[in-house]
Amino acid sequence: MDPSRRAPRAVIDPIPKIRQVGFFAPPERSQSGPPDPTHSSPPISSSLSPVMIPPPRHLSDNLLLHAPRPASSPLSAAAAAGGSGNSFDYGAVFFPAPLSPAIPSSSYSSRIIATTGEGGFFKGNGAGGGKVAASSFPRGGFDLTAMKKAAAASVVVPASELTTVSVVNDSLGIPEKEKGNKAGGSAVEVKDQPNSSKQQKPKLSKAERRALQESQRAAKAAAKGEGSKASGTVATMNAKPAKAVKPAQKVDNAAVAASEKKGGEIPPEKDRKKDAPQPRMQYDDKSRVEKAKRRAVVKQTEARNRVELFRHLPQYEHGSQLPDLEAKFFHLSPVHPSVYKVGLQYLTGDIAGGNARCIAMLQAFQEAIKDYKVPHEKTLVRDLTAKISSYVSFLIECRPLSISMGNAIRFLKSHIAKLPLTLSESEAKASLQSDIERFISEKIILANKVIVKHAVTKIRDGDVLLTYGSSSAVEMILLHAHELGKQFRVVVVDSRPKLRGQLLLRRLVEKGLSCTYTHINAVSYIMHEVTRVFLGASAVLSNGTVYSRVGTACVAMVAHAFRVPVIVCCEAYKFHERVQLDSICSNELGNPDVISNVLGREDVKHLDGWANIENLQLLNLVYDATPSDYVSMIVTDYGMVPPTSVPVIVREYGREQVWI
Amino acid sequence: MWWRSASFIMDRQRNEEADLKGDSSNPNPNPNISAYYETRAAHHGVVTSDWLAQAQAAIGPDPVPDPNPEPEPQLRPDPDKPFSVIDEFNSWRKQPHLAEAVAAIRALAAVIRSSKATTMMQLEIELKKASDFLKSWDTTSISLTAGCDLFMRYVTRTSALEYEDFNSAKSRLIERAEKFGEISYKARKVIAMLSQDFIFDGCTILVHGFSRVVFEVLKLAAQNNKLFRVFCTEGRPDRTGLRLSNELAKLDVSVKLLIDSAVAYTMDEVDMVFVGADGVVESGGIINMMGTYQIALVAHSMNKPVYVAAESYKFARLYPLDQKDLAPALRPIDFGVPIPSKVEVERSARDYTPPQYLTLLFTDLGVLTPSVVSDELIQLYL
Repeated sequence: MDPSRRAPRAVIDPIPKIRQVGFFAPPERSQSGPPDPTHSSPPISSSLSPVMIPPPRHLSDNLLLHAPRPASSPLSAAAAAGGSGNSFDYGAVFFPAPLSPAIPSSSYSSRIIATTGEGGFFKGNGAGGGKVAASSFPRGGFDLTAMKKAAAASVVVPASELTTVSVVNDSLGIPEKEKGNKAGGSAVEVKDQPNSSKQQKPKLSKAERRALQESQRAAKAAAKGEGSKASGTVATMNAKPAKAVKPAQKVDNAAVAASEKKGGEIPPEKDRKKDAPQPRMQYDDKSRVEKAKRRAVVKQTEARNRVELFRHLPQYEHGSQLPDLEAKFFHLSPVHPSVYKVGLQYLTGDIAGGNARCIAMLQAFQEAIKDYKVPHEKTLVRDLTAKISSYVSFLIECRPLSISMGNAIRFLKSHIAKLPLTLSESEAKASLQSDIERFISEKIILANKVIVKHAVTKIRDGDVLLTYGSSSAVEMILLHAHELGKQFRVVVVDSRPKLRGQLLLRRLVEKGLSCTYTHINAVSYIMHEVTRVFLGASAVLSNGTVYSRVGTACVAMVAHAFRVPVIVCCEAYKFHERVQLDSICSNELGNPDVISNVLGREDVKHLDGWANIENLQLLNLVYDATPSDYVSMIVTDYGMVPPTSVPVIVREYGREQVWI
Repeated sequence: MWWRSASFIMDRQRNEEADLKGDSSNPNPNPNISAYYETRAAHHGVVTSDWLAQAQAAIGPDPVPDPNPEPEPQLRPDPDKPFSVIDEFNSWRKQPHLAEAVAAIRALAAVIRSSKATTMMQLEIELKKASDFLKSWDTTSISLTAGCDLFMRYVTRTSALEYEDFNSAKSRLIERAEKFGEISYKARKVIAMLSQDFIFDGCTILVHGFSRVVFEVLKLAAQNNKLFRVFCTEGRPDRTGLRLSNELAKLDVSVKLLIDSAVAYTMDEVDMVFVGADGVVESGGIINMMGTYQIALVAHSMNKPVYVAAESYKFARLYPLDQKDLAPALRPIDFGVPIPSKVEVERSARDYTPPQYLTLLFTDLGVLTPSVVSDELIQLYL
């Protein structure tokens, strides 16, 4: 009886806040007008995804969480199923706006919660946030806003418990409709994720408030305090906080048997594979136990060998995701099969490179939009945007987005938002598909042709051109110059672990180009005979920084020291208004096992079992940042520009995007 | 190092053969010598070896020597054509104070006035042909090419043309053409006004080449009763420094003449360097008379500011990466003694100065940093 009494008290407190927020929402909208929401939401999603992956997930989860909340009050009033459908739309319309007014009221409490929370987890986030704020001012603003929103959402956590119960009732109450079950399943999946992180924060605040009343809570808070104090690089100490968390959650969730089981599974889901195993909750106990064991194994390896400098980036065991996803390929899933397939290809590395990944993603979205049906009582604009967001979350789990993909997603979402309401469903879908097709043909394929036309003018007879890795734009330039009959030589610089230069080398030699192949450690010896350096780029940032595969900065700096011009070939849709001064704040971590093996040398096994050594961490970075001082020229589809003119291109490009 | 390789020498010989073949397509009868420098030489009565050779050759068939034989071949292939853009351009070009680009702009404006086209499409095609013809007259002149491109962009960049009848559209085009010519003509005075804030009493200015914009700047400073000293480089082989020092002496400005190799020696006395520009390229660098890069390097290493005075119609969408990235503008060089046939002479007339050695650009668009040049070009041509 005691737990049941506590639950209603927790629920009662946030209700007045929700009501106040609901009243405030309409006047804000009337003042800002329709275009502002479209502007506000896309930059957050696009700017956040390459920077910090956890916050955008929380945002999307919060949106989905807020939607069913109105259902609880209609259910209590015995509303009909149709009524609950309407309330879903109503909630979706209202709840995104209240997040902004909620922030100032809860910012102080969230900060208090953060300071008193688990030291290990929060200190890591704080350190990352501090670095972010120190290195880049405009991006710091975005991160702070996202962190505030995530923290603000945590304040409303107590209501979600009741919501979870009500949703379960919904799914049980309406077994006839498969869609209802799917929606319920996805809602449960989404809700369980924030529960794990949110339940910890408010408990601490409760402990502070009711320290005199509950001796047990005081004891638990003391235990957590000890955990935070003792947090550090020692592995044994890291195990204790995890153990302490589990029994606390179990005790809190004792009221409901189902929620108790979910609570037991929540702690190991801190990893980034939360979507994959969720459907298995419906399976028998054996598979559940097996999943728990696997998660424990993965978690242990993470705790031991995480690289401290990059704790703010997702570090998880490679190789365990792919079998799970492959096994569930033919199961029912909220992700469209074409998007699912592209995600698998990202995981295996079959699709690599900014352009290839972006084109594959857009084509998968085209397929998904073609098969899309507007649910009853929902508008295409909002439901399709939410569905695209879920697809993007899935792709982020397979591999973090590149900036080109982020810009493409922003483009797609802005076009969905701008669809006229008078269009029919088929007309809207056809319009979106043609927009995607035009984006691919104009911003990627045609842009590459323009870049080739510009860059070829910089190649003269007798030149020695150096390129690093494998860039599709650079390859097209070299082949076109060869077709024009220019006599030049190519030096292909390569580096482990991917050795992608070998693929480029093979293609160039087939076409009859005269090539030299070397590794990056010998670049200083070969640079004296080089006359031009051509590099590709994953992104070009506002301050002229070139964000490209790791090693590019090294090649550019050596070329600069030898007074060799460095030419970066990058499409305009890869330009971004972010400013980044180093390659630590934002990067992607590859599979550490790849660098412990030497390709073609199975006998070299010095690093076998490196995961068991506590003092050893392997770091496989994917990108680096080249300062603009080392770049002579950027060839883009707007011509050849110096690095100082990237902001002008970003501004003109952004304006042109609106015109489309 | 690479340009000493055998393949480069062979390529160079191949290019020379290609140059010989290209004679027929170039309206300039003597493509090995930049027409721009021929005009400058004619303006100032400079006697060159080539000029003497032409004069001697002219004495044979014709008793009177003709210093400007260029326009004649253009009239013969088109006897029925009443108007020739080249004739118009040459007549404007003869004025010594008129910039080459402004002459081209006025010639193109005359094309619009005298055009007999009846539709806007025909007029645009005719204007395009005239522009291309003018640019091919001297392919090495950057300001000529940039001026023509900017004129085409400026004049045709009006969306209202499609909705008017032809006559009013044509008159609007003529109006815009005249306006553009007027703006370009007054650019020099605007730059002179903007530059006065940078010239202070007691300063010493190093100038290189005879840039009419730079001369206008110094002239206005002298008229404003500022006391300053000017160091002129000799400017071989054109002796541009001698001409500039002569003009400045008439204005009662204190002038010191330096031989070209004395720049580093006197740089510690210099407060600023003023140079003009044949062209301003997209990287923010400038293309100017040979020696500018050298002076900029010395000034940069000794922390002296380098100011460039250039009109905005000299902004060109070029992006050279090094000195050899531009088509060479060759000119005759007279060493005073016969040169042995086995000796090779570097006859390029200009060099490229990268933007990191330039401090500011004084243009009629305002005082710009070199990085803004690309911004202006992007916004204009986008």
